[in-house]
Amino acid sequence: MSATTQDAVQHHDHHGPEKGLKRWIFTTNHKDIGTLYLLFALIMLFVGGAMSLVIRAELFQPGLQFVNPDFFNQMTTLHALVMVFGMIMPAFAGFANWMIPLMIGAPDMALPRLNNWSFWLLPFAIIMLAMTLFLPGGAPAAGWTLYPPLVLQTGDAFPFMVFSIHLLGISSIMAAINIIVTILNMRAPGMSLLKMPLFVWSWLITAYLLIAVMPVLAGGVTMLLTDQFFGTSFFQAAGGGDPVLFQHIFWFFGHPEVYIIILPAFGIISHVIPTFSRKPLFGHDSMVFATGSIAFLSFIVWAHHMFTVGMPLAGQLFFMMATMLIAVPTGVKVFNWIATMWKGAITFETPMLFALAFIVQFTFGGFTGLMLAIAPADFQYHDSYFVVAHFHYVLVNGALYGAFAGVFYWLPKMTGHMYNDKLSKIYFWISTFFINVTFFPQHFLGLAGMPRRIPDYATQFTDFNAMSSIGAFGFGLSQLLLVYIVIKTIKGGEKATGEVWEEAQGLEWTVSSPPEYHSFETAPDIK
Amino acid sequence: MNQSGQKTSANKPLVIKLVVLTVAMFGFGFLLVPIYDIFCDILGIDGRPDNTAAIINSESVDEDRLITIEFMAALNEYAPWEFRPAVVSMKVHPGKLYRTSYFAKNLTDRHLTGQAVPSVTPSQAARHFRKTECFCFTSQEFEPNSSRDMTLQFMVDPDIPDYIDRLTLSYTFFIKQQVALEDSRAEG
Repeated sequence: MSATTQDAVQHHDHHGPEKGLKRWIFTTNHKDIGTLYLLFALIMLFVGGAMSLVIRAELFQPGLQFVNPDFFNQMTTLHALVMVFGMIMPAFAGFANWMIPLMIGAPDMALPRLNNWSFWLLPFAIIMLAMTLFLPGGAPAAGWTLYPPLVLQTGDAFPFMVFSIHLLGISSIMAAINIIVTILNMRAPGMSLLKMPLFVWSWLITAYLLIAVMPVLAGGVTMLLTDQFFGTSFFQAAGGGDPVLFQHIFWFFGHPEVYIIILPAFGIISHVIPTFSRKPLFGHDSMVFATGSIAFLSFIVWAHHMFTVGMPLAGQLFFMMATMLIAVPTGVKVFNWIATMWKGAITFETPMLFALAFIVQFTFGGFTGLMLAIAPADFQYHDSYFVVAHFHYVLVNGALYGAFAGVFYWLPKMTGHMYNDKLSKIYFWISTFFINVTFFPQHFLGLAGMPRRIPDYATQFTDFNAMSSIGAFGFGLSQLLLVYIVIKTIKGGEKATGEVWEEAQGLEWTVSSPPEYHSFETAPDIK
Repeated sequence: MNQSGQKTSANKPLVIKLVVLTVAMFGFGFLLVPIYDIFCDILGIDGRPDNTAAIINSESVDEDRLITIEFMAALNEYAPWEFRPAVVSMKVHPGKLYRTSYFAKNLTDRHLTGQAVPSVTPSQAARHFRKTECFCFTSQEFEPNSSRDMTLQFMVDPDIPDYIDRLTLSYTFFIKQQVALEDSRAEG
């Protein structure tokens, strides 16, 4: 590469970042926006986490101790909305912004101004949502599934909630459009689609899922809005509508949504495992096809959330079988990760620990998902704590652990500093211990018949609830350690090399750590 | 600028395509409404019986079969009615016409309009439950504090599936004018 010539030619282009607050408000740089997304997600982890601690504090003992039932329901609803739309999706969007251009050898995202806008919609949407806590009637309390007619009893918060969901949707759709255009149009010459790293692949598929289902949710909540204020009867039985229709619309969005959350985590894990096994990923192409199959199947399984609503036998069988079919491509991925480690020279750095915990815990959550998919058994599990345990295993012990693996894998690349590996390993073990203390007992609670979304419970559930609450507070407090590690790494520490990890593969490791503000202004050569 | 071989000129058409896809999916969300109704109609799975008067040609009465019909009355949310069926259950022969009624009373001192919405369980039976006359066909006007029995005339289709020997007919009585509802709620 004739780097010097290029530098001479392009020097007038090499503006560094602006100084001060303006840099962050007006930035169109993919690294800055990625950083904003990640920091926003970290803050939201604490906002949503604080809400979950209100829930767990109340559930520590039977009876009503701290909050009234209505506020409890507001907490469960906001906790879910904040964590899904404010925390985990922005976290992966942050990695996408940072890493996709680096991985495909592009100088930036394809639509940088749109990128700025899609991030800055987020804080406003979340503030609007959180603001509802102070409105008469309180925040939405009908659960994140927003089922009518219950959700229509929300007080003044109702339209704010709907518009907040609209904004969140617009934000993620714009991010998705940007990611697709970047991936399809900005790859370095020679990087064919099947040569793309898996994180890029999983985001390409995720972005299409977002474009396919976020508008459907927007339509659904718009119908709720017009039902409430403009006299339509989409879901009002009195006017000939059907509340069950909303459940279909919601889950047509809601099921692909869970894959929107987990697929980027799959992508990250597919990078971490080969790096620390010092072997190329086993079955790269089959991983791509598995991701595609999961995305396709996610569209035809939504009614498994609705077995107890009432459905013809044929419908129950179809949705049960289709759901179980998802275990096949997911199994392909898990086996590929294991095969990657097979006979590898494995070392257990922090990202690898998170990746391994991800595989174990996500698979566990997948198995409870298979149990829930069994239509006749679902009548027992439905709306019980077993469901809560299941989806927290896939979303927290799964997706969030994927994000943590990403943080510890790419933090040296982003900041240019190595973190304290000993401290981060301590953080891993504390977190992993407490998160399992939190969610594992909830399986037993659910199987014993404890319903979800209740502030009080029968006394026989006390012990497991107390355990779960202790775990939740332990996990919550251990996240302070994460903040400490991240801040300390940003501020300084041992200098990271460009490669960071021994023999790490991928274009992002060929640039310096941290990368130049504008990297890959000249496309790299792809072998 | 374009030395890195990126196809920036190709961005615009791709963005347009993706925006069109987004708008189309927004439309698809609304399209799900008629699709849902059509599916329910074809498969008869939502328990919504046909809400128009059935024309019944002389059907042969199946004297061998007896089907139990259970009548239910429900009120959603806040509704100042007294509302109940005259009888809670009947044993009927398929193909024969029966008559029963629901009682409703306006508990407020204002004029109310009600609308009954029926639902049949099991849902497969819905299309075999035929009404020749029903108070649910039209909205029902009630003077302040007035009450009356509202007629229902029905027949169970002789070709109702063999495995159904019991069906539940439930009416939810809604208030038609929301304004009246809000006012009476305010009065408490």
